[in-house]
Amino acid sequence: MRLKLKIWRQKNRNEKGAFISYPMDNVDPEMSMLECLDVLNETLIEHGEDPVAFDHDCREGICGSCGFLINGVAQGPERATTVCQLTMRHFKDGQELVIEPWRAAAFPLIKDLVVNRRSFDHIIEAGGYISISTGQAPDGNAIPVGKDAADRAMDAAVCIGCGACVAACPNGSAALFTGAKIAHLGILPQGKPERDRRALDMVVQMNAESFGNCTNIGECSGVCPKSIALGVIATMNRDYLRASWKKRDDMEEPAIAPVANPSIGSKLRLRLKAVG
Amino acid sequence: MTLDARIPSGPIEQAWDAARFDMKLVNPANKRKHSVIVVGSGLAGASAAASLGELGYRVECFCFQDSPRRAHSIAAQGGINAAKNYANDGDSIYRLFYDTVKGGDFRAREGNVYRLAQISVHIIDQCVAQGVPFAREYGGALANRSFGGAQVSRTFYARGQTGQQLLLGAYQALERQIHAGIVTMIPRTEMLDLIVIDGQARGIVARNLVTGELKVHIADAVILASGGYGNVYYLSTNAKGTNATAIWRAYKRGALFANPCFTQIHPTCIPVSGDYQSKLTLMSESLRNDGRIWVPKTKGDQRPANEIREEERDYYLERRYPSFGNLVPRDVASRNAKQVCDEGRGVGKTGLGVYLDFSDAIARLGESTIRERYGNLFEMYQRITDEDPYKVPMRIYPAIHYTMGGLWVDYQLQSTIPGLFVLGEANFSDHGANRLGASALMQGLSDGYFIIPYTVGNYLATNQFAKVDESHDEVQSLVSSVQQTIDKLLSIQGKRTVDSFHRELGKIVWDYCGMARTAQGLEIAIERIRALREEFWQNVTIPGSGDDLNQSLEKAGRVADFLELAELMCIDARERNESCGGHFREEYQTPDGEAQRDDAHYSYVAAWGYCGPGNPPELTTEPLEFHYVHPSQRSYK
Repeated sequence: MRLKLKIWRQKNRNEKGAFISYPMDNVDPEMSMLECLDVLNETLIEHGEDPVAFDHDCREGICGSCGFLINGVAQGPERATTVCQLTMRHFKDGQELVIEPWRAAAFPLIKDLVVNRRSFDHIIEAGGYISISTGQAPDGNAIPVGKDAADRAMDAAVCIGCGACVAACPNGSAALFTGAKIAHLGILPQGKPERDRRALDMVVQMNAESFGNCTNIGECSGVCPKSIALGVIATMNRDYLRASWKKRDDMEEPAIAPVANPSIGSKLRLRLKAVG
Repeated sequence: MTLDARIPSGPIEQAWDAARFDMKLVNPANKRKHSVIVVGSGLAGASAAASLGELGYRVECFCFQDSPRRAHSIAAQGGINAAKNYANDGDSIYRLFYDTVKGGDFRAREGNVYRLAQISVHIIDQCVAQGVPFAREYGGALANRSFGGAQVSRTFYARGQTGQQLLLGAYQALERQIHAGIVTMIPRTEMLDLIVIDGQARGIVARNLVTGELKVHIADAVILASGGYGNVYYLSTNAKGTNATAIWRAYKRGALFANPCFTQIHPTCIPVSGDYQSKLTLMSESLRNDGRIWVPKTKGDQRPANEIREEERDYYLERRYPSFGNLVPRDVASRNAKQVCDEGRGVGKTGLGVYLDFSDAIARLGESTIRERYGNLFEMYQRITDEDPYKVPMRIYPAIHYTMGGLWVDYQLQSTIPGLFVLGEANFSDHGANRLGASALMQGLSDGYFIIPYTVGNYLATNQFAKVDESHDEVQSLVSSVQQTIDKLLSIQGKRTVDSFHRELGKIVWDYCGMARTAQGLEIAIERIRALREEFWQNVTIPGSGDDLNQSLEKAGRVADFLELAELMCIDARERNESCGGHFREEYQTPDGEAQRDDAHYSYVAAWGYCGPGNPPELTTEPLEFHYVHPSQRSYK
């Protein structure tokens, strides 16, 4: 099949970038999107031109290295599929594909389709773990985890950290990514002791990394190659709010600042009374 | 040269305890005075860096990807073995030890394997505590499944993404130490040479892949956890970036390379579909629990699978190996698939494929149970092939997956260069000539969490470290030699792309040093590899420069190393005149086509030493002794 690839080319962060069109005459419908770029790159190199730089590694949809926008959609048109597993049979003969890198303030561009996603690592670094050192663990079966909880934790834990959620969000928010880790660890009994602190630290770091705010649009979950549900953001907000209130309670005497939502205020007052 | 593996004497059950007690300790206050370099951030590297950081050593950890979470351990699907015996089905540390030694066709060290089986139980505990969401029974207990080469259910799993969850556990532990400021993570950076001063490994020369800058990193010990070399075959289940450069450059600085010809072909991968193919996708071995493997009984039967009646099908593994059936070890399953395809009974467009059929399991257990067990794998299969495995059988074919060979290490995981330790797939230590499924994750984490924290400590406590910095003459000459190689590659400006050389190399190695080998074929391969290497250094073309992100240049350096390593693999395969595990020499087989070992002559580890460019490598052998599991003809019948 024939395709026209219109690809964002930019030598580095300081130079200006532009779209360049590359006609492809011999695309096999069975090849993946990345293999299609491989074929293009081989031709470019043979002609002494710079090949298109793109991140990729496992090519089985799990390492999270690859990803770009195809016709404005992060990770391309197929649901729950990364570009390394997106086969060309999903496109029409003669179609134009506009390929561009993740565009987000928190993911500065390095070259062509390659961006810097260290900000994701920084969010995990801030608290996306259970603080247990090697050798401290009790027997694996000493902590029973109900199947439902294990399954829900796993649903959130499958995040591959590709960044599609951020790229798809009009605000450039990392709420789905951060929420997925907070939900994964918070659901499990092992993660409970640090649940409050984890939510506070990770959200604070997320906000410090130039990600935008979440306004519940849902594009993130729609493009997520692992179909992570929007509910993890609710979990994050709830954990963050609860942890913030608890922290205030611990720090100050009875004083509760006036809150916008009276129902939350009254519940908190009730809880405080019960605690004494 | 004689090799001392430093295996503790005494009963095998107490050997690791005794060895740990004999090790010298570093005082907590002194630990922060020592620095350690870890190259690689997969299961072995991340767990080592995290654990050493927890102890208080200053650690620098390197990966070539943009984040340590990308390492290829993440792609492991099926599970991780541990001798917990939660299933109450007769498992024990001894049985896991026995299965692993036997599965490796009696070409692994007993002492190492026993320790691995002992540690396996602690790994599960550690990972559970980290929050790895392993599969659970309704009562909350950990669930297990069975895997090839074993008759007990000892495999722990997290859907079909066990590697991902274990790696994220190790990655999170690593990030915690980064947050604590004790570990420094250096991503998008590649090790290009090993610094050896006064006989000690003292650092690395690494290239920043974004700026092209070469930098010297000095430490008191260097740990390589850089993975295997399966990508020498070009098409493999490895990630595209997986490479042998770190271990190969260490080999050229004096570390011995053990059993390079021991490579594993995984039986269940999606078959090749075209020339553009860039990698092969694995379908987890766990599928063989419920899938039945078959081909048509008659040659060239082109009918769709559903039209071939039951009596016209040959369930060849069940027929030949009634007691293990579809769960024979990987080498046996792969070889049998090749055999039926060579007979002309293969399926699919290319004839290089066999069916993996779930219709019986779906009829017996219902589609929802199968979806629960393998849903994500079925989806992946359908995404790639456009066929629905709930309705038509999967087509699978063997592909290169893992390399048992690697840098030689002793019981302390130290190479022949003092201060250079090698972990995980990068070393050769535990799997002999064939690795059992769900054992790679176990070994990577065992090495990183539970062995290296002791053995590195012992090394640091018992050695003196002269002050070394960048200005040292040897360091300077090393940096300039690395720079010269890069300049040389860029200056060739020939006509062929790096990938075209890599593809051609892969085909040579697959044809002659893949699933079946002969002395004659290996001679041809060696000759062709040498010719191809020569052409590479005259005719490769690399666009761009060395001072920015240049993915062609990165690949060129790795392929240059593969072109040398491939020859060593063939030399090793030619030298080993027997068949064992994944190394199948056609000249040496039993009357019914099984691997025929020659214990009288080849019960040893073949460790090769580099002797300079153009010179043949030197072979040193480490004899293998079996005091517990007595070598026998492996039978899964």
